[in-house]
Amino acid sequence: MTSSVAADACPVCAGIAATGGGRTPGRPAGRWVVSLLALLALIGPVRAQTLVVDPAGPVASVREALAQAEPGARILVRPGIYREGALVIDRPVELVGEAGAVLDGDGTHQILTITADSVTVRGFTFRNVATSFVEDRAAVKVDEAWHVRIEGNRFEDTFFGIYLSRAAYVTVADNVLRGTRATESQSGNGIHLWYSRDVTITGNDVRGHRDGIYLEFVEDSVVEDNHSEGNHRYGLHFMFSDRCAYRRNVFRANDAGVAVMYTAHVEMTDNRFEHNWGPAAFGLLLKDITDSRVARNVFDRNTIGLYAEGSNRVDVIDNDFLANGWAVKIMADAEANRFVRNNFIANSFDVATNSRQHYSTFDGNYWDQYEGYDLDRDGVGDVPFRPVRLFTLLVERNEPALLLMRSFFVHLLDAAERVLPVLTPEALVDTHPVMHRLVR
Amino acid sequence: MTTLIPTATARVFQYEFSDVLRSRWVTLYALFFFGLTEGLFQFGGTGTGVLLSLLNVVLILIPLVGVVFGALYLYQAREFVELMLAQPVRRGELFAGLYAGLSLPLAGGFVLGVGVPFLLHGGGGATLAMLLAVGVLLTLVFVALAFWLAVRFEDRVRGLAVAVGLWLAGAVLYDGLVLALVAALSAYPLERPMIALTLLNPIDLGRVLLLLHFDVSALMGYTGAVFERFFGSTLGAGVSLTALGLWLIVPLGLGLRRFRRKDF
Repeated sequence: MTSSVAADACPVCAGIAATGGGRTPGRPAGRWVVSLLALLALIGPVRAQTLVVDPAGPVASVREALAQAEPGARILVRPGIYREGALVIDRPVELVGEAGAVLDGDGTHQILTITADSVTVRGFTFRNVATSFVEDRAAVKVDEAWHVRIEGNRFEDTFFGIYLSRAAYVTVADNVLRGTRATESQSGNGIHLWYSRDVTITGNDVRGHRDGIYLEFVEDSVVEDNHSEGNHRYGLHFMFSDRCAYRRNVFRANDAGVAVMYTAHVEMTDNRFEHNWGPAAFGLLLKDITDSRVARNVFDRNTIGLYAEGSNRVDVIDNDFLANGWAVKIMADAEANRFVRNNFIANSFDVATNSRQHYSTFDGNYWDQYEGYDLDRDGVGDVPFRPVRLFTLLVERNEPALLLMRSFFVHLLDAAERVLPVLTPEALVDTHPVMHRLVR
Repeated sequence: MTTLIPTATARVFQYEFSDVLRSRWVTLYALFFFGLTEGLFQFGGTGTGVLLSLLNVVLILIPLVGVVFGALYLYQAREFVELMLAQPVRRGELFAGLYAGLSLPLAGGFVLGVGVPFLLHGGGGATLAMLLAVGVLLTLVFVALAFWLAVRFEDRVRGLAVAVGLWLAGAVLYDGLVLALVAALSAYPLERPMIALTLLNPIDLGRVLLLLHFDVSALMGYTGAVFERFFGSTLGAGVSLTALGLWLIVPLGLGLRRFRRKDF
């Protein structure tokens, strides 16, 4: 769905300039509104004005072009390095950079601030926005604007990359962001959303920032097909953002993985959480998440695959947990969550918890550590599986005991506990463990 | 014969080597590992899965076979030793020949038994290399311990009992004691003592070196990172190898000293 949005160069101005808005009926409602608004803005000129910025003139600076532009104008920026300090786009224009058009913040400034609706920024390289401990400087900041598109740009060594504040109906697509700051405190977020709604973030590639993608007080938005890797804190940081979805993203080797907190109705599907290693690294951290879905994701080689705390009514379905330290850590304050049809394979610990009390259910999962049998050959094991081992509990209480992992003595203890559970949570049991790996 | 190794040692080794092979025990031992590994592959195991299943077999069985077979072997070689000592052979050379004549076929049998199925099916890599290295080292260590015990105790029943007891302590009870210690002293930072305790037991040391390959995700956790940083570093590898080396040299040296003085 969104890929067509991304491929469509500038639906607002270009489409209307070419056909006079004749193609609008077939589009989704939101986009129809976009076109209508743009149409209103374009009532004056019949044809869209096109301005060309070229280092050789006549218009040699983006600032000059922005000042001359009429609403709906297209500004084409020829290759060159433009050092123009802070620029403000305060009218609906399409700003297009040809390959090699660089907007350089000169190590100090914010580069582009968008305060008008229906602005498109495409094809630029943004460079050099310095760290600030006072303000959130960004290469591109969208401030109280609607229907903005930021697509196909490259961000190099910028403090914050793309920053949306009080924005709506914004699309951030196919951008490449490369942070170069060495530490968490020096770097800003790659794509930062604050107090926004109906935003689509798709096909971006974010590396080396503080949080790759950050959402706070964002509603009804979608994060799709992005790649977030090697960021200093979270690959995706997500708070107070109801009814959002993120799908088909790859979150890889971020210092603390992905954190989703204080939110209801989140769809987390078809993502890959990989290789998040460290003392506080989670493939996916769920804190105070309610009525949400975690489906068809792959958790591969994380210290902790999925960590749930204070989360209620979350369905964890059809996921693969592969070679994690702890596949799932679920605290006793998480209630009525359901773990169904997941594969648990080659994890050091399948499930860990902090109490004998337990209020979530596991049903019909595949556990490679299951040792039961299936006499009636219906594919479901005849004896229940208890994924929390005694040793899991011992390590939870005394972490140094971790060094005894896979010891023969520990196997004996686990076997004894399995026969007669005294310490492990009795309720935490999969009564229908499947015998073979579930094929997706 | 080679000139680097004393001729007597080489002769004894050659004789013992063929004797051990003739006795078929080593062949059975190799066939066991081959059957086990091949069977694990046949049951749908992937390289890593097979290695994981082999881990505990290696850690339990190799020390047991090494220590029991080693002690039995030296007791049975008693007459051969007496005969040899009637010849102009130095005791050190004889001892070295006997040790090499048993430990090398055992280690070789293990390496072939596990290695060949992996050659056939592929997979393994660095983890397989580590498993083979740990298996070989444990063989060398426990045969050395067995030789020391066999020379130390004249009564073969006592000697065997001590050998099995030593294995039981190292393979099973030691970890129980460590676990009890961890539980009792949970209020204290135990990361470093745990590393020291691991270095004191060759079986645990072998296990932890393998954990670095199988459970690296878990080892990257808060406490685990301390272990991973130590055992994964060059220093840690050096210390581990030194510890295993001591476990080899000390029993061998003690055994040799007794062997030299012993009145057969």
